[in-house]
Amino acid sequence: MEQTVTTTSQTRTGGRAKFLVGGLLIVAAIVYLIVSSTQASAQYFLTVDELHQKGDSVAGRELRISGAVIGDSIQYDAKSMTLTFTVAHVHGDNKDIAAQGGLAAVLHEAVMDPNRQKLEVVYSGVMPDLLRNEAQAIMTGRMGDDGKFHAEELLLKCPTKYEEAVPGQAEG
Amino acid sequence: MVANFGFGALWIAFLASLFGIAAAVYGVRKNAPAWVDSSRNAMLLTFPLLTLAALSIIYLLVTGHYEVEYVAEVTSNSMPLYLRVTALWGGQAGSLVFWTWLMAAFASAVTLRKWERDREFLPWVVVVSLVTLSFFLVMIIFFENPFARLWSVPLGQPVKAMFPPAGAELLSVPDGRGLNPLLRHPGMIIHPPMLYLGFVSFVIPFAFAIAALVTGRTDDRWIRITRRWTLVAWLFLSLGLILGGRWAYDVLGWGGYWGWDPVEIAAFMPWLTGTAFLHSVMIQEKRGLLKHWNMVLIILTYALVIFGTFLTRSGVLSSVHAFAQSAIGPLFFAFIGLTFITSLALLLNRWNELKSDTEMTSLLSREALFLLNNLLFMGILVICFWGVMFPLVSELLTNEKKTVGPPFYESAAGPLFAGLLLLMGIAPLAAWRHSTAKTLGRAMWKPGLFSLAVVAVIYVTGVHNPIALLGFWLSAFVASVTLYEFWRGAMARHAKSGESLPVALWRLAGRNRRRYGGYVIHLGVVLMAIGIIGIELFQTETQGTIGQGEQMNLGRYSIKFDSLSVFDTADGRNVARAVVGVYKDNQYIGELHPRRDYYYESQQPMTIPGVRSTWEDDFYVLLVDWQPVSTAGATFKVYHNPLVNWLWLGGLVFILGTLVAAWPDRDPEVEAIRARRPEYAPVKA
Repeated sequence: MEQTVTTTSQTRTGGRAKFLVGGLLIVAAIVYLIVSSTQASAQYFLTVDELHQKGDSVAGRELRISGAVIGDSIQYDAKSMTLTFTVAHVHGDNKDIAAQGGLAAVLHEAVMDPNRQKLEVVYSGVMPDLLRNEAQAIMTGRMGDDGKFHAEELLLKCPTKYEEAVPGQAEG
Repeated sequence: MVANFGFGALWIAFLASLFGIAAAVYGVRKNAPAWVDSSRNAMLLTFPLLTLAALSIIYLLVTGHYEVEYVAEVTSNSMPLYLRVTALWGGQAGSLVFWTWLMAAFASAVTLRKWERDREFLPWVVVVSLVTLSFFLVMIIFFENPFARLWSVPLGQPVKAMFPPAGAELLSVPDGRGLNPLLRHPGMIIHPPMLYLGFVSFVIPFAFAIAALVTGRTDDRWIRITRRWTLVAWLFLSLGLILGGRWAYDVLGWGGYWGWDPVEIAAFMPWLTGTAFLHSVMIQEKRGLLKHWNMVLIILTYALVIFGTFLTRSGVLSSVHAFAQSAIGPLFFAFIGLTFITSLALLLNRWNELKSDTEMTSLLSREALFLLNNLLFMGILVICFWGVMFPLVSELLTNEKKTVGPPFYESAAGPLFAGLLLLMGIAPLAAWRHSTAKTLGRAMWKPGLFSLAVVAVIYVTGVHNPIALLGFWLSAFVASVTLYEFWRGAMARHAKSGESLPVALWRLAGRNRRRYGGYVIHLGVVLMAIGIIGIELFQTETQGTIGQGEQMNLGRYSIKFDSLSVFDTADGRNVARAVVGVYKDNQYIGELHPRRDYYYESQQPMTIPGVRSTWEDDFYVLLVDWQPVSTAGATFKVYHNPLVNWLWLGGLVFILGTLVAAWPDRDPEVEAIRARRPEYAPVKA
């Protein structure tokens, strides 16, 4: 056994080379996994305004849209478990949100402003606990032919308290 | 009064920390042991001071001093005593105080150890602990003060401040807003302190690593001293993660336990580097290799711990808005950057002294497989980091906001997790220094064959999903290798000493706790893997509205809606509770009571599932909605989660194994000396 440890310089470089090759192969495999998984599952994160601008170019693609929930628009049909509501455009840029007085203020303003771009959302599933007026909704799904956004997942945040720590999540 | 007192205690602790840092550095410079002792005393002083500060907050919480903003934020009149006490870590300001209190407790415990043989480490361990502590105290005193009160001023809005502005009086607040009901769960009460314990204990090995780099005592002494600290840190971190998963499963009502949420990932990342570190220090101890790498891992773990503390409570990731509003974010990043760069500079300074004693020669040796394990853990870390940073990166480069969700993590990290499982089966059979495919094959063929037979049986029973079959094969392989190792060891003892088999097994594990504790942990991982395969690949669900007496089916199960009652409780909830009969293959098997609690004061509903849990599967029923007249019907969402209980059982076994590995030896110093190389053979004490 000892002989194999006290190797000559030639086999030593050979030993190092085989570790390098093995390591590089694994690193390459990991990089490949990251790149291919990113391409396969990256979702565009758009505001309501951006979605309207993009129009047909994003039809059929998986998207993530954020908006302010308009409380009066929330309708839930328990029989069919269909939830519909409308969200108003809110700015996507965090600096702008901060400059305008924080998330709560921005959401409030968005819901109050009648001229904001709006988006109708359809979701089938359990009514999420946190869905209420002036919540921020982050919806994952696709634009339908009916011009409504068909959400498969809803993520809701209410800036009133520290619910930030506990995202209410609903999957469907 | 009490608020001022607590705030004063924080300030004195802060000044003591600054003094301690200065005294330690001065003491080393001037070679004056009295100054080093003085710094140690300053370190010890911070603990009682921070205890007073924490007790002050608890007093304010329990007595309902709602004029203190933090108290109003996390407690209310209707909350029971234990929730008011634990509200100490219910919000950010209190959490930070709790963090510093734990930090002071651990650092004090370390400074009280016997230092005779490691005297040179002491001042630097104190410095690292106190630098960390004073950073958090700055955050608390200047930015997130839990003692800040609300003052009513003659004109305008109430002002939040520590001391009264001119002409102001304390605002009288009758009741607080109360802790978020989602957080009022036993799992959520223990979960944050467990994570924090894990985070804080990782500071100790880091402090010793830095001490080793500064003093130039770069042998593996720092690793041996902190081995148990590292295991304890890892134990708490693992426990925190598992409890968090359990809480999500019980409370969040989406039938899952882990969502690849950035906050979860923030707590998971130090666990990944910590796990890699636990494995790779063994190579340094046994073979004198990877000394640089171990330093890198512990430095990285420390940075991720601070990062994780910041992210898990501040809400920066899930709502980046909180971040921009306070100065706390940039300061945290500055601190992480500064400590990271300083640590790396120290490491580069000692780079040549940390050369390996030998070289790795065989690709199949145990050390090479451990190295591969490290590579895979790092791969998962990079995937996590990339996933969290991707939205930022893509916005910078393409000006488009893109995100990645759970499918990304699953498809990228899944193969690496499978690779780790495979290694768990192979590495225990490989020899140090040198193994060949032939020797490995000889050791592996029995468990290999056995695990294939298990998979064949699973296939025959009707599971044809290839990923599941691969997962089950890996689980069976690791389990049989591990159990076989126990069996072989016990049989060898039994043959040699004539001990009965159970006694031989007990003594075997007792003689080499790290190794056999590690194997128990591996068995825990296997059980968890079985649960994860079950719920991830075979979960089914359905939803629908049914009238009283009607049925709804899901696979072999069905539920019958029996009745529904709505009532108020004394603690301010309105509860809607359904009674549902559960049938399996049309046989009545029991009753479930899915609920929806509505908290009046916070206006927040909470869905509590009714769960029938067996080793085969969980049947998980959510009450979604109901008609005022209950005969009209109610809406249910139903999940069938196969094998998920094995996940929790695995978690228990995992923790048990960590306890075995971390359990104190009769005399740790003697054990350590025995295992060490001769140059440190003890002079008779």
